Amino acid sequence: MKIVQKSIKFFTVLAIALCSFHGFASDSDKKNNDQNDGGVVDTKKEVEEYILHHIQDSHDFNLFSYTNDAGERKHFGFPLPVIVYTSEGLKTFMSSEFHHNDDGSVVVTKGDVKLAKLHGKIYEIEAGDELEFVDHHPTNAHKVLDFSITKSVMGVLLVGLLLLWWFSSLARQYKKRQIPTGFGRVLEPLVIYVRDEIARPNIGEKHYRRFTGYLMTVFFFIWILNLLGLTPLGFNVTGQLAVTACLAIFTLVVYTVSGNKHYWGHILWMPGVPVLIRPVLAIIELAGALVIKPFSLLVRLFANISAGHIVVMSLIAIMFTLKQSLGVVGATGLSLVLSFFITLIEVLVAFLQAYIFTMLSALFIGMAVEEHAHH
Amino acid sequence: MYNLIGAGLIVIGAGIGLGQIGGKAMEGIARQPEATGKIQTAMIIIAALLEGLAFGALFLGK
Repeated sequence: MKIVQKSIKFFTVLAIALCSFHGFASDSDKKNNDQNDGGVVDTKKEVEEYILHHIQDSHDFNLFSYTNDAGERKHFGFPLPVIVYTSEGLKTFMSSEFHHNDDGSVVVTKGDVKLAKLHGKIYEIEAGDELEFVDHHPTNAHKVLDFSITKSVMGVLLVGLLLLWWFSSLARQYKKRQIPTGFGRVLEPLVIYVRDEIARPNIGEKHYRRFTGYLMTVFFFIWILNLLGLTPLGFNVTGQLAVTACLAIFTLVVYTVSGNKHYWGHILWMPGVPVLIRPVLAIIELAGALVIKPFSLLVRLFANISAGHIVVMSLIAIMFTLKQSLGVVGATGLSLVLSFFITLIEVLVAFLQAYIFTMLSALFIGMAVEEHAHH
Repeated sequence: MYNLIGAGLIVIGAGIGLGQIGGKAMEGIARQPEATGKIQTAMIIIAALLEGLAFGALFLGK
């Protein structure tokens, strides 16, 4: 009992220390303005820009940036490769050539092609030397096919390699022993949980083996990516529409391809309904099965995770926006307490969203492969 | 301004929904304490589905 109490104390202190750490990590990005008037307006806009910038994808991996005493902007991070398919073929270069510029003023010339970056998107300038734009839309350039290794792509690759490493070494252990040792002990109950609580009940005893691989991949992938987004490293992978759309499309492909005759029968020519209504219902059911189900998976994961990130960043920004009214200590204290509790909730949400996505995927797959005796 | 009213309506909808789920879950647990685990799991699943709807609507309305 004493050991449990000591551990609880230790972990509480550790959790508080770690969760408040990422409040400080974002601190260095703000300039120190001691103005009393006009400071509030500028701070709010800066906070909005900061939050929007960190929700979006980025072509370089920037941990933090600050303005040093000489007035220069210093960045701590490393550039990522930019791979674009322009009208002159594939061009590859490091994003450091853009010099952290995001408003289209730095033009990179590769061969005959001029490229500029505006709000995170890379454009090829067609006429003239500079990117001209009206209201965030360039007038003399068009977008190029962007295959760059951005921060989110790096996150996906990182987690992919991590999963490969962890689970291949876990699988290898079963050749020599019955019970795994080391980190495998943490992973094995989770794997069994996915198989016995998510896959088996929803898909049924006959077919669950075919799909457990996919379900486990999706579960751990989303869970680890969500947790990665809570670290001070500034990742926001599952909060990108593209990533969640991809995962939803994977689930769609899996349960559409493995649908059997009963499944399509129930969608297109459902029994138990007057024949005249069946075509109308068929259209609705088809839309439901092919569009609405994956769309809901997509939106659920995307909105939960990105909304969570926005809330955490906004609460941290309270440190700066309420500095005038509550004083430095009050604002910082309030911000730390609130963002600590929200981060705890976000840790729960990280697991929950992974579980929900996997469970709904299993449910849809189960509905597709279900074979039942006709009434 | 209409953004705020819309957001308020969304929160009301989500609040009513989640309140219903929570309430019925509590009643179920009170009736049969040994089924607490299953009821909790089902409650959390439905809550997540509802939250998905609410967040999606919030995002669509920006």
